Parts: sequence; structure tokens; C-alpha cells
Amino acid sequence: MNALSPSTPLLRVEGLEQSFGGVMALAGVSFQLDEGVIQAVIGPNGAGKTTLFNALCGFYRPSAGSIRFAGQELRGLPPYRIAAHGIARTFQNLQLFFNMTVIENVMVGCHLRARTRWLAAALRLPQVRREERQLRQWAREALTLCDLADWAEQSAGALPYGLMKRVEIARALAARPRLLLLDEPAAGLNDTETLALRELIARIRASGVTVLLVEHHMPLVMGVSDRLLVLDYGSVLAEGAPAEIQADPRVIAAYLGGAVHYAV
Amino acid sequence: MRLAGFYGFAALVVLLPLLFPNDYFVIVVGASAGLHAILAVGLNLLVGYAGQISLGHAAFFGMGAYASAILTTRFGWPGLLALLAGLLVAGLLAWLLARPILRLRGHYLAMATLGFGVIVHVILVQATDWTGGPDGLSGIPPLNLFGWTVEGDLQWYGVIAAAMLLAIWLSLNLVDSQIGRALRAVHGSEFAAQMMGIDTARAKTQVFVVSALFAAFAGSLFAHQQAFVSPDSFNLAVSVELVTMVVLGGIASTFGAACGAIALTLLRQGLVVFEDYEMLIHGALLMAVMIFLPQGLFVGLGQALRTGLRRCGLGRRRDRHRSLSTAGVQDPGSPP
Amino acid sequence: MPEQLFQFLLTGITVGSLYALVGLGFALIYNASDVVNFAQGEFVMLGAMLTIALLGAGLPLPLAALAATGLTVLVGLLLERFAIEPALGAPVVSTIIITIGAAIFLRGAALLLWGKDFHRLPAFSGDAPIQLGSATLLPQSLWVLGGTALLVLGVRFFFERTRPGKALLACSYNRTAAQLVGINVRVMLRLAYGLSAGLGALAGILIAPITFSSYEAGVMLGLKGFSAAIVGGMGNPMGAVVGGLLLGVLESLGAGLISSGYKDAIAFLFVLMVLFFEPTGLFGHKVAERV
Repeated sequence: MNALSPSTPLLRVEGLEQSFGGVMALAGVSFQLDEGVIQAVIGPNGAGKTTLFNALCGFYRPSAGSIRFAGQELRGLPPYRIAAHGIARTFQNLQLFFNMTVIENVMVGCHLRARTRWLAAALRLPQVRREERQLRQWAREALTLCDLADWAEQSAGALPYGLMKRVEIARALAARPRLLLLDEPAAGLNDTETLALRELIARIRASGVTVLLVEHHMPLVMGVSDRLLVLDYGSVLAEGAPAEIQADPRVIAAYLGGAVHYAV
Repeated sequence: MRLAGFYGFAALVVLLPLLFPNDYFVIVVGASAGLHAILAVGLNLLVGYAGQISLGHAAFFGMGAYASAILTTRFGWPGLLALLAGLLVAGLLAWLLARPILRLRGHYLAMATLGFGVIVHVILVQATDWTGGPDGLSGIPPLNLFGWTVEGDLQWYGVIAAAMLLAIWLSLNLVDSQIGRALRAVHGSEFAAQMMGIDTARAKTQVFVVSALFAAFAGSLFAHQQAFVSPDSFNLAVSVELVTMVVLGGIASTFGAACGAIALTLLRQGLVVFEDYEMLIHGALLMAVMIFLPQGLFVGLGQALRTGLRRCGLGRRRDRHRSLSTAGVQDPGSPP
Repeated sequence: MPEQLFQFLLTGITVGSLYALVGLGFALIYNASDVVNFAQGEFVMLGAMLTIALLGAGLPLPLAALAATGLTVLVGLLLERFAIEPALGAPVVSTIIITIGAAIFLRGAALLLWGKDFHRLPAFSGDAPIQLGSATLLPQSLWVLGGTALLVLGVRFFFERTRPGKALLACSYNRTAAQLVGINVRVMLRLAYGLSAGLGALAGILIAPITFSSYEAGVMLGLKGFSAAIVGGMGNPMGAVVGGLLLGVLESLGAGLISSGYKDAIAFLFVLMVLFFEPTGLFGHKVAERV
């Protein structure tokens, strides 16, 4: 039997725990994500959303629990191996390579498909030339998907903020991931840019990539997501379709009733 | 044309001795500058591209030189074989050191590499039986390349110039490939690089080894060219000078590193006439360049020139869109 | 053998105190500006050489020492104003080269003023060694130990009890926040450089009767001070003091028991070992980076 029969989710997280010096940032988080779905993770500040992302990507070593992705256990693997399993991400604080052009950034995104070795590269063997052309081609495709083709040769550091965030998405897509994690993709964007982002996320899903996003911008979250996961104090508070979540009294309490806690 | 600059530079290197075949400054100082250029180009891969500082690179330079010196004088090895042995020793040591050392960041990395350099220097001074101690080793036979013995200043200029052009060509190729982009990614953001599937620890190890190989290679040539080695050529001051060359020319630019090496070598030579004032001027110049041209001579002057041309309406406008918000732009080296 | 060990220990603590003082200077400047000041050793050299020169010019020792310290502080302030301030926020490599440039500049100036000769300051209170069991101690070592203890306590008092000290500490934690509560960060920066230069000069004056001084005397001392600050965890002043003492004792034991020629190699091997196991030093902040 195929490990990914229709009933098996693409990602299954169980009892994930992460503590920082006694503070439980993730206190046994469990959820699952089906292939082809757009799921948003929401919750008050400090609920553990970015921590969850960092744990999924291997930047943290969770102390307990399991992360099964496409039938493989990922917990404890370093980020570069997790990336090789087909997970890509963007960052809340931009992590662009400011020392490169836009297309070079995206070409780095193709790294998992590159085969060039040191000696071949130093001697510029014919296969290296071929690969350069191929990587450039792939990078252009990712840029085109993200409406960035015109900016390819610009220095990444010279772009407006909204475009920088978009380059991060293009770079992540260039890795051809099965799962894309977006960490606050709308933060700092204006309304037009947010609208374009919403459309881009839909396009990404249409290309066959599953999307998990952390986001505070509620209209975007409600408009684009198939499912929502609500975190509070490092635990799952609720999970379900957007309409169910909006009506869930616990969620309302966490956001409104608990507002006093988060006001400071 | 990708290598246009390279061919232009190569033509200059070949033309100079034809125009001034007996000029001490061109032939002798030029050869010295060429050796430094090999060292700087190799170190630039580590410092400029991968963003990892090393204040101990003279150690690898010394290892190449002493491997050649000891193996040819004590054991009668042919020069080329000794050179290969030097590369092997330096590469192996770099490989062993890379993982624990390159885990360190910023000033801690500077300290560790500096300490490594001092340790190797102390060994060169103290292990008298092997290295000849502070007096060094003399009588290193001339280099024999497949039957041709390199002799005289002009021939050495040729050999070193060829080696330097080879080093520059290799570096240009590396930088303009996925390998080079991966290195720059490590510099730009280690987090993002890892998330793109780059094993950053491995990439750092590899570039450390490669830059050590460049240094050891230059060391072997240096030993044969001088026919004499002593620890003074491989002390901390030399390590610092190498980093200065890389930064002076302009970080993360192969030609920048080469030009920095050549400029500093010529400068040091030129300052000799000031005798006692040499140190004073040298120190003042280092400070001045870093303060007023933080991107280095080569890159900084190049940019100033472009801006000047653009202002006159001559240059093509490259940045169609001025950079906007700095809100999202953090120091790429240190994620908050 | 045990008696010898005691002697090595005494020597080690004396040398270590010096490293501690130089390391303290490194930590002060690093705290205030994130810059590792490679010219710290040159402050030590200037303190010693200026005192010797002023003494030669006929000034009594206390006055010569005071004037030398004052002049070195002035050099520290000038360095801050003309080399560090214009380059604030530059990458680590650039600041390293700037301060190394400053070190070479100061060495060059010393070479011009005093030539390449070695000089020595007479001991503050005679050269008759003090017997401690089988070990001996120079009276000057007591000056070094006592002076170091006083200066370290003074620095602690400054940080914990005085307003400028607390303000400086605040700057080291968060410069922006310090600015927001009304601390003049520039003034603090100058304070740190002045203080650090003064500490260096005093260290140089204390040691000048024990070792010979020349224009190059600051190089190794500076590196050992940097090592002390790194071992202690960059930016932790008391860590630098502990690091300096550890380094001095280990180096002295290594020189005595293994080989004096390898003294420096042993010291740096110790630093490397510390870093391999504690990448941010013994008492450094464990930095948790946010993505």
C-alpha cells in the first residue's frame, strides 16, 4: 500500500513539545494537513506560531512529539535535510540574500536540484554551463509565477519591501516544495499588495503545492484558507473550517476576552 | 562577455615585463604582488564570499612553504611532489579544523583563527630540528617543472603570473556557479541558506579547505622563489595583511582581492623610502581607506566612478527603482 | 616539585592580572560599541613608554604616571572620535582593520618618538625579592596584584553604583533603548574608550618595571587581553578578569612544566579548546537567534 493513500495526510504533527528554559512554547501540538489544502495558523502574539514553523523546519529541536511528512519522520533532522524532503518556507523577518540579485536569490532556491561539484565548477566544465542555463530557466519560471520577471537583475536589497517578500516566496517555490510555509506573508504590505498576495497563494495551490501560513491579517486568512488552526499558549485551541472557527466561543474568548493579557 | 575583464588583466600582466624587462619594480615587486594576489583571491572566497573571517591564514601559507622547504632540502623530493604534499597537509589540517572553528561567529571566529595562526608560528620557531627555528631553512633548490628549471627574476615573474592568472580564473569560475551562490547565501543569511537545502557547515568546511589550498600553493612557490624560508614570513602581521588586502580591494570581488593585494604590495614597497615613518603612514592609510571607502578601493572607486558618470548623464541607469523602506532590511549578517 | 608549582602559580597570577586588566579594557569597549579594539595593547605600551619618557624628563614617578595615564586617555578619546565614530555600524572585518590600523599607527608613532630600544622603569619599591616559603615574589608583583584588585573593584563599583556606570551598562544591553531613556550614547562611547585607555595605561605602568618595554610591547599583551575577554565571554567584564587570570596561570604552568618556548602556543591552545566547547566563552551570553 502506498504510504500516501488518499486517507494519509501530507503532514501529521503529534504531541510536539518545545520549551525554552522552562517556558513551554509548544505544549503538545497535534494537527494534520491534507495535500492540496491551504491552512492558516492563527492565534494571539506569543501563541507559538513561529515557534511551530521553526520546529517544523528543524531550526529548533523539539523535545517530544513527532513530525511525519509524506510518511517520513522529520523530527531531529537539520533544516537542509528537511528542505530536501520537500518543505520550503519564507521568514517573518526577511531573510533575503541582500548580497545578490533577485534572480540569483531564486537560483539559490533551486539548490536542491543542482548537481555541480567544486572541481567541475572551478574548471567551468560543459556540464556546469548547461546547469547554469537550466537553473536560470527554472528561476525565471518561479519569478514569472510570482510576477517578478521584470525585476530579475535588480539587487535584492534595492527592492521595495513588498517585492522583497514576494522574492522570498519565489525563492521558496524554486525549490519545488510539496509544502510551503509562509510566515506572516502579508505583514507590512498595503491593501493592493495583500490582494495580489491572496491571488498568488491561490495560484500556488493550483500548481499543486500545499500551503501552511501564519498570518494576522484576518480578511486574507478568512478569504484564502480552507482550514484554520488556532494556537493559544502553545496548544491547539481549535481547528476547522473558517466559518466554524469564527463561531467558536473559545476562539472569541481567546481573542477578545483574553485581550487584557495581550494588551501590554 | 563573462571573462572580458580577465583577458584584459591577463594582457596587462603579459605586457608589463615586455615593456619593462629590467625594471626591478615590475619584475621583482610584481612577482611578490602576484603571490599575494593568489593568497588574497583564495582568502576572498572565505572572507568575501562566505563571510567567514580568518586571521590565521598565514599558517596555511607557511605550511605550503615549509613542506616544500623541508621535503626538498632534507629528503630530496622533487619540487612538484613536495608542492602536492604541502597542499595535502594544509588541506587536511583545514578540513580537520573547519568544523569546530567555523561554528564560531564574528569576533570568536577571529580569535580562534588568530590563535591557530599564532600556534603554527610558534611551532615554526620552536621545532628547530625540522624547521631550522628562527633562522629558517635555506638552500631550497630551484623549482623544476617537467624538465625546465625556473631561474632568474624574469622567469619567476612568468611562473607566478601564470599561477596568479590560474588562481583568478578558478575563482571567477567558482564564484559564478551554484557553488559561489551557495557561499554568498551562507554570508547573506545562514537560516535561509539552510532552508534552501544548503548544508552550511559543509559549505563552510569546503571553502575553508579550498582557501587553505590556494595559500599552501602560494607558499610552495614562495619557498622556491626565495630559496629560503623563515617564520617571520608567516606571522600574525602577514595574516592581518592578507585580510587587509581582501578588504582593501573590495570584499566579495575576485578582482578586488587581486587588486587589493597588488596595491598593498606596491604601497608597502613604496613606503620603504619613508623608513621610520613607514608604520605611521601604513596605519593611517588602513584607517583612512576603511573609514572613507568602506567597500574597498576597487569596488568603492568603481562605484564612485559610475555614480559620477550617471550624474553627467553618461552611464546607463541601473537602479530603475530606488530602494524604499529600510524597515524590513536588517543587517543580513545577523538576524534579529 | 610542589614548591616549583607554587612559584609558577605566583608568576601566573601576576601575569594573569595584567591580562585581566587588558581584557577588561577590551570588554568595556566591546560593550559600548560592539568593536574589538585591537589597539588596546598599544594603550598598555603607551602607558609604560610615556611614563619612562616623562621620568627621564625629570618628573617624579607618581606625576609621570599620572601624566602618562592622562595622555593615553587622550589618545583613546581621539581614537574614538576620529576612527571609531565615523565607522559605527560597519561590518566586523572593517572595524577590525580600522583598529589594527590604529595599532600600527600608534606603534609607528612610538617608534618615531623612542626608537627601537628597550626601556625599563625602576621598580616602585625596590628589587629585593620577598621569600614566600621556597618561592620568591618581586615587590613589584605585589604592586601589580594590588593595583589590579583595586582597579577591578573600581570598575565594579563604577558599573554598579554610579550613574554613568549604569548608563554605560544600559548602552551595552540595548543602545536604542538607552537612547530613548535619555542617555547620550556618544558620550558613553567616549567614556568607554577613555576608561579603557586609562586602564590599559595603568596596566602598562604597573608592568613596566618587570618586563622591558619597547614600541612593540603592546602586540602580544593586546592579543592575550583579547584572549582573556573571549575566554570570559565577550562583553562580560568580570568574565574577562577570570579569563585573564586563568590564561596567565595556565601559560605560566605550561611554560614551567612543558616548555617556555611554547608558552604562547599553550595559551592559545587553551583559548581554542574553550571555544570548541563553549563557542561564546565561559560566561558569554548564549545567543538565541530569532528567525
